[in-house]
Amino acid sequence: MTAVESGVVGTPMVRKEDPKLLTGEGKYVDDIHAHGELWMGMVRSTMAHARITNVDTADAAAMPGVHAVYTGAQLQEMGLWIAPLPCAWVVTEDMVNPPHYPTAIDEVRHVGEIVAVVLAETRYGAADAAEQVVVDYEPLPAVASIEAARDGGATAHSDHSTNKAYHWPLVPDPEALDAAFANATHTIKAEFIQQRLIPAAMEPRGVLAIPSPHGGDVTLYSSTQVPHILKVMVAATTGIPEHKIRIVAPAVGGGFGAKLNVNPDELLAVTLANKLGRPVRWTETRSEAAFSTHQGRGQLQTIELASDADGKLMGCRVHVDADMGAYMMLITPGVPLLGSFLYTGVYAVPAFGFTCDGYFTNLTPTDAYRGAGRPEASYAIERAMDILALEVGVGPDEIRRRNYLGDGQPFENLETPGSLVFDSGNYGPNLDAALDMAKYSELRAEQQRRRDAGDTKQLGIGLCTYVEICGLAPSRALGGLNYGAGGWEHGMVRFLPTGMVEVVSGSTPHGQGHETSWSMIVADKLGIDPAQVTVLHSDTAISPLGLDTYGSRSLAVGGVAIAMACDKVVEKARLIAAHQMEANPDDLEFAGGSFTVKGSPDKTMPIQAVAFGAFTAHDLPDGMEPNLQEQVTYDPANFVFPFGTHVAVVEVDTVTGETNLTDYIAIDDCGNQINPLIVEGQVHGGIVQGVAQALWEEAAYDADGNCKNPSFLDYLVPSPAEVPSIVTGFTTTPSTTNPLGVKGVGEAGTIGSAAAVINAVCDALSPYGVTDIEMPATPRRVWKTIQEAQS
Amino acid sequence: MQVDATVNGQARSAEVEPRTLLVHYLRDDLGLTGTNVGCDTSSCGACTVLIDGESVKSCTMLAVQARGEQITTIEGMASPDGEFHPMQTAFMECHGLQCGYCTPGMVMAATSLLKENPAPSEDEVREGLEGNLCRCTGYHNIVKAVLTTSQNDQAFWGNSGVAGPTGGA
Amino acid sequence: MIPASFDYVEADSAAAAIAALAQHGDEAKLLAGGHSLIPLMKFRLAAPSVLVDIGRISDLSYINDGGDHVAIGALTRHRAVETSDMLASEAPLLKHVASQVGDPSVRHRGTIGGSLAHGDPASDLPAALLALNGSMVAQGPNGERVIPAREFFTGFLETALAADEMLTEIRIPKAAGAGWSYQKFNRRAQDWAIVGVAAVHNGSTGVALVNMGATPIVANSVESALAGGASIADAAAVAADGTEPPEDLNADAEYRSHLARVLVERALTEAQS
Repeated sequence: MTAVESGVVGTPMVRKEDPKLLTGEGKYVDDIHAHGELWMGMVRSTMAHARITNVDTADAAAMPGVHAVYTGAQLQEMGLWIAPLPCAWVVTEDMVNPPHYPTAIDEVRHVGEIVAVVLAETRYGAADAAEQVVVDYEPLPAVASIEAARDGGATAHSDHSTNKAYHWPLVPDPEALDAAFANATHTIKAEFIQQRLIPAAMEPRGVLAIPSPHGGDVTLYSSTQVPHILKVMVAATTGIPEHKIRIVAPAVGGGFGAKLNVNPDELLAVTLANKLGRPVRWTETRSEAAFSTHQGRGQLQTIELASDADGKLMGCRVHVDADMGAYMMLITPGVPLLGSFLYTGVYAVPAFGFTCDGYFTNLTPTDAYRGAGRPEASYAIERAMDILALEVGVGPDEIRRRNYLGDGQPFENLETPGSLVFDSGNYGPNLDAALDMAKYSELRAEQQRRRDAGDTKQLGIGLCTYVEICGLAPSRALGGLNYGAGGWEHGMVRFLPTGMVEVVSGSTPHGQGHETSWSMIVADKLGIDPAQVTVLHSDTAISPLGLDTYGSRSLAVGGVAIAMACDKVVEKARLIAAHQMEANPDDLEFAGGSFTVKGSPDKTMPIQAVAFGAFTAHDLPDGMEPNLQEQVTYDPANFVFPFGTHVAVVEVDTVTGETNLTDYIAIDDCGNQINPLIVEGQVHGGIVQGVAQALWEEAAYDADGNCKNPSFLDYLVPSPAEVPSIVTGFTTTPSTTNPLGVKGVGEAGTIGSAAAVINAVCDALSPYGVTDIEMPATPRRVWKTIQEAQS
Repeated sequence: MQVDATVNGQARSAEVEPRTLLVHYLRDDLGLTGTNVGCDTSSCGACTVLIDGESVKSCTMLAVQARGEQITTIEGMASPDGEFHPMQTAFMECHGLQCGYCTPGMVMAATSLLKENPAPSEDEVREGLEGNLCRCTGYHNIVKAVLTTSQNDQAFWGNSGVAGPTGGA
Repeated sequence: MIPASFDYVEADSAAAAIAALAQHGDEAKLLAGGHSLIPLMKFRLAAPSVLVDIGRISDLSYINDGGDHVAIGALTRHRAVETSDMLASEAPLLKHVASQVGDPSVRHRGTIGGSLAHGDPASDLPAALLALNGSMVAQGPNGERVIPAREFFTGFLETALAADEMLTEIRIPKAAGAGWSYQKFNRRAQDWAIVGVAAVHNGSTGVALVNMGATPIVANSVESALAGGASIADAAAVAADGTEPPEDLNADAEYRSHLARVLVERALTEAQS
């Protein structure tokens, strides 16, 4: 076990996670069993809005193998919870936040809301019993769209007089904004629909709660992104003392925001397991997930831009109507706010104003979905810039160049119109790199050739220069937005007696490769081999402190915490080594995993020997604690702001309306990279999720509030056959926020891609007089849009 | 009723209801939890296993339909001494997985694909995996892994318990 | 997403299957590959109390030379159809259409007979049978009868098969050298067609439509127009005449009708080239 100068950071190291996941050894919640477990089956509302007049559980309860059946009203009487499901982001003092319990009591407010639960001895028995519960409803008028919610009439909650939940303004200088529009040469106004999306992590959510009837503690296995937050919230909602709760997120099959909530099933499993003294489990079915897991997006956007004669931006005014769904979940109301600061994108805009109204509907609640507010913002500004380019009469590349923050030159710590300080940026060269790699001028020539020939298959080229705010972080900033928690992250690094290293990560992975990236950081910091590092995570008993994984924060906050903990380990080790080598600590150099006395290259001590000395504690400096273990809770002073330019190339069959994405070029800049293999993978996946919003996906509802496409038959997650390989490239502009110079990359692809694709579709169809197209740009919608533009 | 099958080369048996889906027989009765369930409509392919070397969706088969068959799951892909099947190695080296949930099904479908078409084009790989969904990778590196494996089909078939293009288990 | 309970009966011959159907009547369903039936059962849209498994009847899986036709056993899997050399020369349309069903894993298990007997207007194979003027062999308690494909699809998910009959063979007239085309329009490769068109040109022209009505249908107006000497463009223009296209998330009747016209034109152009 020799210490090596590994220098692995920045290299494409294959992942440590993969052997388990490639062999079936990885254990997801549904793979884990407990003796005596009961299967929970949910009886879900078939009505979007109704009074429950009767729930007949007799037939279900009489079935063999059925242990218990409870209606929502019965569960409420049992006193299983002391508070409703939490909303941690009360965005305004007067925000309406109706109580949301794990089960409906007397009124259902969205299809799929739980009305009763069955507990049976088997998976199949629970499904059978849930079918036998008969619920009678008295229908109430359903609010089935955000337009219906906004325009009055029925209310989603029968005891409310309005569907409006809050009004949130960010208008730093209203007079300056009005003046900008009054004095502008060009103004454009556009309205966009951010359709509802089903997050569709490949692993459906699941829970397994294991009680300890005599010990009083309970362990909850959950397919969650947020075990630490969940632990606090289970305590706050059930009254179970927090120190008696252990949450484990085992292998988690993707999250994309959909697993950062506190869900009815989690609370039901914990409380019923405690109540019955038996383990209780539940696994979501795919078709159930449209109701049992929150959805994303759901916004109507209006954006106005004002510019001078040259297209130089003078003002930007935005209003968003946001669909909360039936209830406020963990951060439902805050999602549009996460985007609010980014509606001016990468551009210097002297005057800016944003307002948002949140509305209740009788639909599945919304909450974070990959990008959470930022893809929406990026879409609006990047679509609007293309529209402005047409108005001004310049190309989409040129309109962007004329408006880049920092004039397209490198900058650091620049204040933006949205009252943020961007850590670093360098947009001009990034755009150049993207256009170059896309062979932009050749594409334009081919486009012209097809236009001249009247080809039925028209070429479209779409650009998007996005910026995003991530590394969710500064606790003070989050407090200023009334967010209910801080944004720090915790990391611990310890040498074991044999020289191996355990890292405890507060940030919890669900596919991002934390074990690999953290090992690489630690390996370089401590001068050891990444194989000598193990990363522990996702179990509150092992990793008690953490704020988990969302908002592309893991590396920029959690990874930095671990790097800083390594520095502390080295500093303590230096004191021990100096003591044992009888040298001055300042005279020791640490390199390649060993301390060496300056000028005496033969006087060296490997850090692993120091670690063993720290373990035996036979010869430590006076007053020093044994062992070599350090922890850091890191709360960055700022967010990080990754950016990039994406180029989408589409071929649109103008006869059928079919759009084929033929090429996709992405030049991203996430600062310094720890593992380029992982970075690239995140970019690929993120891009396809954004492309999917642009071309395929939409949670569609009928006028009664029924989701028309809850299954994968009709909710069109793209397959390998629908998308091309992606050309990726990178520029590197280190962050000034943290000592690693890193930013985030988990959401970047999604934030850039929907706008690039729709810009490309509109570009292809501009000769037909088409100026905009709603997402998803389905063949029918494209065809109809062409028909309408031509008539 | 009793369902006997050869799973990963071993004779396995369990008593199940006739309605038991093959995937639940494998997972709940045989404890082979590597095969996952990602949907309920035969759309996602997370549950893909091999029967006589051909990919099938084990959520759309009854266990009774598999009586007497040769079934290979992800647990049976590495050799008994632990050496990875080349497809597993390629997925690892090409970063063809992130959360890992679609991975077992994707590996099985890709293995079946190369058995039928040992040297596919990129388009043929994409079409051949049309029944397997992944939410993490954007497919780029999955396709790369399959193409990488196909270029060395001798090694690919040599190390596998799965029947090669010329047949024989 | 678990099927309701049922009694399982395994039939080792067509006769045994027919006897089981006779015994259990409407309560029974035949299980072949299961790729049409099991998804319905998982959603409990179908809940037969008896399932008669015909999947192990070994003598119903074949692709044989029947003289003037190719005879295909009803339990022949899509994969066998899509890789058949005989079909490649005698009925390449059918071979190609089989390769367009579902995805490879589905094609490894699904059977041609199961797909046709399901009678789904959105599935691919029925249109091929209609365009090719194939026929179905049904076996019942009183023996065999041959049903022309064009008389087989009688209603939504309904066929001319009696409750106690079983589809045992599919016959395709040999048509080596005939022009053909299959135009499948969908949003994802694995999905059913939003609209599909199968065309065979062999002197006369057979044209059938996918997902343009409650059943798989022949494009009668197109065939009549062509028989009357119409140009491809003129024949394609009447493709949607007399159809009652369904409406769903992907398409309304207007768009389906448009697609039918476009795809018929493309199919005829390809088949006649």
